[in-house]
Amino acid sequence: MSALELRQVTKTYGSGPTEVHALRGVDLSVELGELVAIMGPSGSGKSTLLTIAGSLEQPTSGQVLVDGVDLATVSRSDQAQMRRRAIGYVFQDFNLLPGLTAVENVTLPLELDGVRSKAARATGLEAMQELDVADLADRYPDELSGGQRQRAAIARAIVGERGLLLADEPTGALDSVNGEAVMRLLRVATKRGVAGVIVTHEAQLASWADRVVFLRDGHVVDQTVAPPGPESLLVAGERR
Amino acid sequence: MSVPHALLALLSEGPKYGLRLQNEFEARTGEVWPLNVGQVYTTLQRLERDGLVETDDEESERSRKRYRITSAGDRELADWLRTPPDLVPPPRDELVIKVLVALQVPATDVHQILQVHRRHVIEVMQRYTQVKATADEDDTALALVVDAELFRLEAIVRWLDAADVRLKQRPHPTPAEVADMPLERTHEMEVPQ
Repeated sequence: MSALELRQVTKTYGSGPTEVHALRGVDLSVELGELVAIMGPSGSGKSTLLTIAGSLEQPTSGQVLVDGVDLATVSRSDQAQMRRRAIGYVFQDFNLLPGLTAVENVTLPLELDGVRSKAARATGLEAMQELDVADLADRYPDELSGGQRQRAAIARAIVGERGLLLADEPTGALDSVNGEAVMRLLRVATKRGVAGVIVTHEAQLASWADRVVFLRDGHVVDQTVAPPGPESLLVAGERR
Repeated sequence: MSVPHALLALLSEGPKYGLRLQNEFEARTGEVWPLNVGQVYTTLQRLERDGLVETDDEESERSRKRYRITSAGDRELADWLRTPPDLVPPPRDELVIKVLVALQVPATDVHQILQVHRRHVIEVMQRYTQVKATADEDDTALALVVDAELFRLEAIVRWLDAADVRLKQRPHPTPAEVADMPLERTHEMEVPQ
């Protein structure tokens, strides 16, 4: 069973002459421990794919299964609970609430889910520890650097027992070295047993993924095959 | 990679034997550019002939010679570090030529060809990124070498992306227009200095 499975998913916005087909029959499955990057030009449907995978939007047709559960068979309130418990999101602009401290932001999905403050804080600090920002727990977002804010945002996405991590252009406006640090963290998080999907138009970020899926005009047109080990690049003679 | 200048740089830290130069060269370039010891000695011989390095003892066996940079060697190294690499005229780029040729071959989906190359380049990038992901985080030399490759490859992907958009936006050309496309101009193009 895949952590995430999309079967023939379509999404159409509007109707008649203004109809837009954002997705036209997408099949995709992502396993636990796997990081998949979705690449495609503007308007290829990649962000729509991510919001549908995260049940923030409903598909026009087709099925979305998270942990084998078909989202269409789940009530709206259960879907909301799933979003709080099972799915973590990382957004381009971090989306931290300015009136809450870093740790309060991180524990927000837990508290909304009814976890008591003290327990939530302990779990939140654990997630922040993994991202090396536990010492910044009680600072407000505007007291953090861009890189620290993004770490807090990732901590919020992995806090508790989440099986699916979804990220839309997760390195935002960070420079390439800090962007790389974010990708390293996402990779470590998925290797620990989370299924990760990132949407990006940047090839360097996508190259951190185990698999790159190419989207064009709402179709999956291609994907990479598992790369051979890095040692193949370094054999004597090849680089002369 | 200029091996002579890399050796001069290593000697600028102090006198060294050939074998040590080989080891240090490989370590400081992230072990991405292997260099055999024969190459080291041939290069040192040439540098010695040109007066850029000297040895303590000219008579002894090559493996027992210790090499030292001369003041002419110091000047040569300083000049080389500041000399820009040759960036113009643009090299004849095989991928650009393939895409231009694809436009002329009937019933060829150029977007599909662009995608084949995009996937291939990204697969190579995944392998380089894997090198970075598994390397010691303190290995700055390796990170710099791998970054350079990744930025070069990323530029190819960006060109492929731009080509996709450009070709999508343009009206379908007539066969006569296609025949007039500037295949040759890619390497005759003049770049203002």
